[in-house]
Amino acid sequence: MAIGKIREGLYGVIAEFHDPQTLLDAANHVREQGYTSIDAFSPFPIHGLAEAVGFHKSRLSLIVLTMGILGGLGGFFMCWYANVIAYPLNIGGKPFNSWPAWIPITFECVILLAAFGAVFGMLALNGLPMPYHPVFNVRRFDSASRDKFFLVIQARDPKFKLDEARRLLESLGPREVTDVPW
Amino acid sequence: MATTKDTTPVHELRPVTQETRIPERFIPTPTIEPGHSFSTITDHISTIVLRKKTPLGWFFGFLIALGGVTVLTTTISVLIGKGVGIWGINHPSGWGMDIINFVWWIGIGHAGTLISAILLLLRQEWRTSINRFAEAMTLFAVASAGLYPALHTGRPWYDFWMFPYPNTMSLWPQFRSPLMWDVFAVSTYATVSALFWYVGLIPDLATLRDRATNLWVKRAYGMFALGWRGSAKHWHRYEHAYLLLAGLSTPLVLSVHTIVSFDFAVAQLPGWHSTFFPPYFVAGAVFAGFAMVLTLAIPARKVFKLEDFITMRHLENMGKVMLATGLIVAYAYAMEWFYGLYSGNVFEIFMLKNRAFGPYKGMYIALWVCNGFAPQLMWFKRFRTSPFWLFVTAMFVNVGMWLERFVIIPASLHRDFLPSSWGMYHGTFWDWSMFVGSIGLFFALLFLFVRFLPMISIFEMRTLLPEAQAHAEGEEH
Repeated sequence: MAIGKIREGLYGVIAEFHDPQTLLDAANHVREQGYTSIDAFSPFPIHGLAEAVGFHKSRLSLIVLTMGILGGLGGFFMCWYANVIAYPLNIGGKPFNSWPAWIPITFECVILLAAFGAVFGMLALNGLPMPYHPVFNVRRFDSASRDKFFLVIQARDPKFKLDEARRLLESLGPREVTDVPW
Repeated sequence: MATTKDTTPVHELRPVTQETRIPERFIPTPTIEPGHSFSTITDHISTIVLRKKTPLGWFFGFLIALGGVTVLTTTISVLIGKGVGIWGINHPSGWGMDIINFVWWIGIGHAGTLISAILLLLRQEWRTSINRFAEAMTLFAVASAGLYPALHTGRPWYDFWMFPYPNTMSLWPQFRSPLMWDVFAVSTYATVSALFWYVGLIPDLATLRDRATNLWVKRAYGMFALGWRGSAKHWHRYEHAYLLLAGLSTPLVLSVHTIVSFDFAVAQLPGWHSTFFPPYFVAGAVFAGFAMVLTLAIPARKVFKLEDFITMRHLENMGKVMLATGLIVAYAYAMEWFYGLYSGNVFEIFMLKNRAFGPYKGMYIALWVCNGFAPQLMWFKRFRTSPFWLFVTAMFVNVGMWLERFVIIPASLHRDFLPSSWGMYHGTFWDWSMFVGSIGLFFALLFLFVRFLPMISIFEMRTLLPEAQAHAEGEEH
């Protein structure tokens, strides 16, 4: 299945589970054993699973807030610059700096940039697009997007020993435990 | 595994403490029929897309829609060649069917984001099976809508002048104009709706990538799936981003039709110049949007055998939303009379009389029948739970919302302050061909969508199953 080897050796050990509850319990158990480089895969979001694999805080809100503020300032500046500095038009004797008339455009710019922040920020933080990933080498990983649940312990984990990791995963009621090559 | 799975519907799993059973009418209709598992949901929805043989009916429908697209391209060619004079617009009616159709389409395009964003924030789980479809409908409706003002400018090849950029003419747009606000509102809405739709699609594209057997099909879906692998950390950020997008889209969707209504309300013309236009337009947009979702969903669930996922509960709820927004719209029609008469302004009062008894009185009466009276059927459960009657009501609303814009635009414009400048407005052949063409474009895009993309969000449907619930140890249910 591998398209091209990018690195030799082992990425980690992966276990397949039948249902979300077993996966969640397994992830919590593995983390409590002191493993830090773990990840879980599921066909839909599972509440508490990210925390179970040691994920804490996402910086996404900050990105979206920053982008929203930039959009607002930028949108207002655009209107002000165009209608006050670059091309002042006298409309019915109204003041050039007629800011209430620019609120709708400022608002739309806030939403537009904040939405860009949410989408592209999410993709960037997730490291997507990433066409190749070692877990795709696992034969049955196709079903991670259908009805099966996976838990991986990465080889780069300081506590990682192949036999121990395998034994630990096997004790958690998986369907199958396999090695993941790079 | 499927054999050992408990297939009792969710509503019957609830603990019954009293002796007598809960009466039937208090048990909610499920949002997904019992007997499904993660795999059956996935297979059922993805097979519609991945099957090798395209049903003949699809080609038939697509061809008709393509015929409409041909009418559209022909109209646009003639329009660019000869100018907007081929339309019925004139003095005093500078806005005609082009703007009617723009507002009609953009109104229809409100349901998608409303269903996806507002109902998500309100935790209305039933939205799940109709949101993808409604979002696609939104995009295509906005595409159809966008054609009209772009071509109405008369010289569409200069449309880029509406965007601010430093140029050799030293010209800048007039940002105090509601028409400029409209440019920003509609283009932002189109962009954000497309992003929202695409983000929702990513996990399902990954499912299609993994389920496809043909290498090139796999690669095509794989490319758009961006390498999605369902990692828990990714899901966490994904859900966060989706929620933020919903939060951003909610004020956006309300702002778009508000700004469209400013195109009218900021003008001095009787029939346009009123402060209640924004809420009136937004309610009308939701009304029109839900009617169009029903118009499309009722045949689609039948043809693609999706009755298990788009249940009677969805149809009934949409009927209820249609009734509620229909009442707001009817209230607005009534309030127009109050405002006009209470103002004591001779032009306002004349406008009302002209609407009800003038040359376009037929339109005004038909408007009340379609938007005021037809939705009242939805008070009755019998009609609300009958796909046939829902469809009939939705068709009335589709027509009614078009008439509403006709009554607002030419019927206000054609007789303004000076009787010497009065006139009449009639759509010409090219007005109608443009309208038919934009409907063709809408359906052609919709046909492509149902063939190549999953029309129901697969991953969100999975979360509706009771076995999707997992709880960490020590956590209360």
